[in-house]
Amino acid sequence: MSAIHCHQLCKTFRQGDEIITGLDHVDIDIAEGEFVCLSGPSGSGKTTLLNAIGGLDTPDSGEIRMGDIRIDRLERGALADMRLHHIGFVFQAYNLIPVLSAQENVEFVMQVQGVLAAERARKARAILKEVGLEGMEDRRPAQLSGGQQQRVAVARAIVSQPDLVLADEPTANLDSVASAHLMGLFSELNQHHNITFVIATHDKRVMSYARRLIKMQDGKIISDAPQ
Amino acid sequence: MTPPRLHFATLLTLSWRNLWRNHRRTYIMLGAISVGVWAMIFMTALMRGMVDDMLNQGIRNLPGHIQIQHPDFLDDPSVVNSIPVPRGELLAALNQSGAKRWATRIKVPAVIASERESRGINLLGVEPDAEMDLTGIPAQVNEGRFLQSNLDDGIIIGAKLAQRLETRLGKRVVVMSQDPDNNISERGFRIVGIYRAELPGLEELNVYAARDTLQQLLRIQDRVSQIVILGQDYRDIETLYQRVRQATPAGLDIKPWYRIDTYLAAMFNMMDGFVLVWVIIIFLALSFGLVNTLVMAVFERVREIGLIQALGMRPTMIVVQILLESMLLLSIGLVIGNLLAVITIKPLESGLDISVVAEGMAMMGASSMLYPSLTLHDMLLANAVVIVLGLLTSILPAWRAARLDPVRALNTT
Repeated sequence: MSAIHCHQLCKTFRQGDEIITGLDHVDIDIAEGEFVCLSGPSGSGKTTLLNAIGGLDTPDSGEIRMGDIRIDRLERGALADMRLHHIGFVFQAYNLIPVLSAQENVEFVMQVQGVLAAERARKARAILKEVGLEGMEDRRPAQLSGGQQQRVAVARAIVSQPDLVLADEPTANLDSVASAHLMGLFSELNQHHNITFVIATHDKRVMSYARRLIKMQDGKIISDAPQ
Repeated sequence: MTPPRLHFATLLTLSWRNLWRNHRRTYIMLGAISVGVWAMIFMTALMRGMVDDMLNQGIRNLPGHIQIQHPDFLDDPSVVNSIPVPRGELLAALNQSGAKRWATRIKVPAVIASERESRGINLLGVEPDAEMDLTGIPAQVNEGRFLQSNLDDGIIIGAKLAQRLETRLGKRVVVMSQDPDNNISERGFRIVGIYRAELPGLEELNVYAARDTLQQLLRIQDRVSQIVILGQDYRDIETLYQRVRQATPAGLDIKPWYRIDTYLAAMFNMMDGFVLVWVIIIFLALSFGLVNTLVMAVFERVREIGLIQALGMRPTMIVVQILLESMLLLSIGLVIGNLLAVITIKPLESGLDISVVAEGMAMMGASSMLYPSLTLHDMLLANAVVIVLGLLTSILPAWRAARLDPVRALNTT
């Protein structure tokens, strides 16, 4: 399911009178279980590519497939279902729901999926323990540090074992220790659970964890090589 | 890929907690909804009480909820258009109809003269026992006494008429009318009682004498002008009406109150319309606050709405979540508003003195005491209007939230 195939993806944005190229005829194939880093300067198209793969944004032209599904042709409801069941997101800013506790944030996706309460709670507590937040289940996001919030966001992204995790600058707001811990966790999930990771980053330390590095510039892929 | 089940508990939790993110705004909005709902119900109870009073006064003046009379009597209320007292099947039907009270009456135009003045009047021949239920006049006699039997030879006049005639209790007056042969019938009566009506205009018009005494005066032995029937509630007389109608002989006309006095009937029918319009007007004022609250709530949470979209919540579930928030706000406001209404109206049901505007009220046919009437129907109507229109006005902010572009929403600062 997680094999991703992008063909001739184009995306432009209008900023005032100026047309900005987000993606310029991007072709990319990501196999199941890969650990890929997208790197490049700001505005190179990393986030745009992640958003397109995740069905958050639609390309102007081109084709995106996830397994047999043409993501670019799905309507909003079907896209939401696809994200719910197959994709986990980790954003640069932690993006937790402020009125829910850490455990409730982690349970949120499972709740929408319709997982039973007892199972939800068990899985959420287990994953929070795994990311080092045992004992902090009942804290609201405002009561957690930046690193702790990011770990809750990661827990939420992986708790229902998605096929694909898309992470956009996941370590940008973390110190080096927290970053190393988070990347270690990603590597472990990738290796043990065969979850595909696509991570957009500027951080060379993050890139060092990747088994494939794709460099982007001006909306184009300028290099794509295993590490 | 199957669509996920709508997880109501999740949405309810989110909605409830979101509601209390901005306590102050929620409290202000709850205050507005509560006061609005209270105003809807309170003012409706006042209006309902006033209209009930006007209708009751009007029906007392008819009197009765149902009348049986000669077909020409309402156009020409003369002694010629009299009917026999009820007998046989009609009498049995009246006695077994379940009516609160029924009585026969004589009602003819007449002239009353004192030693100084004379006036045109409605001369009413009544059964004294029945009059308390039918018109309440016995209780309004504040000088002297009311009639004591069907053969009482005294007469009861209104205080204003006494003033016009320059006469008083104990004095004699002469009453003149016509018998069925168009001959003048006249006799002297002693004023045994003077009444003060709730509607002052009636004091000048209605003069009461005993029914049998008037039958002798008008030479209409065993005949009366009307049979009047009082049901338990003016709103619910259809069964009683049908029961008596079936036993009413051909040649007699039977009418319910709403066909006798179409003005009263129109007022009765308009009341529900008035209430609905009133409730909607108040809601429209409220709706601006409600929409503003929800729009602000959505505006403040754009990023969060983008997040839950990104996590896989369907747009329809986002609509449901915002509508639930609105429902919770409205429901709490309704509970408080209803409680406030009950607490403030119940103590006033024994009567609110509005004598400072008594003359104006009298012109509308209502008395100087207002009895607010809190009905379940009016409360349900106000609640239903608030819920239905509240949800309708919440659709726009909910729809806007669901249509947010997740990428833009997530990038909102």
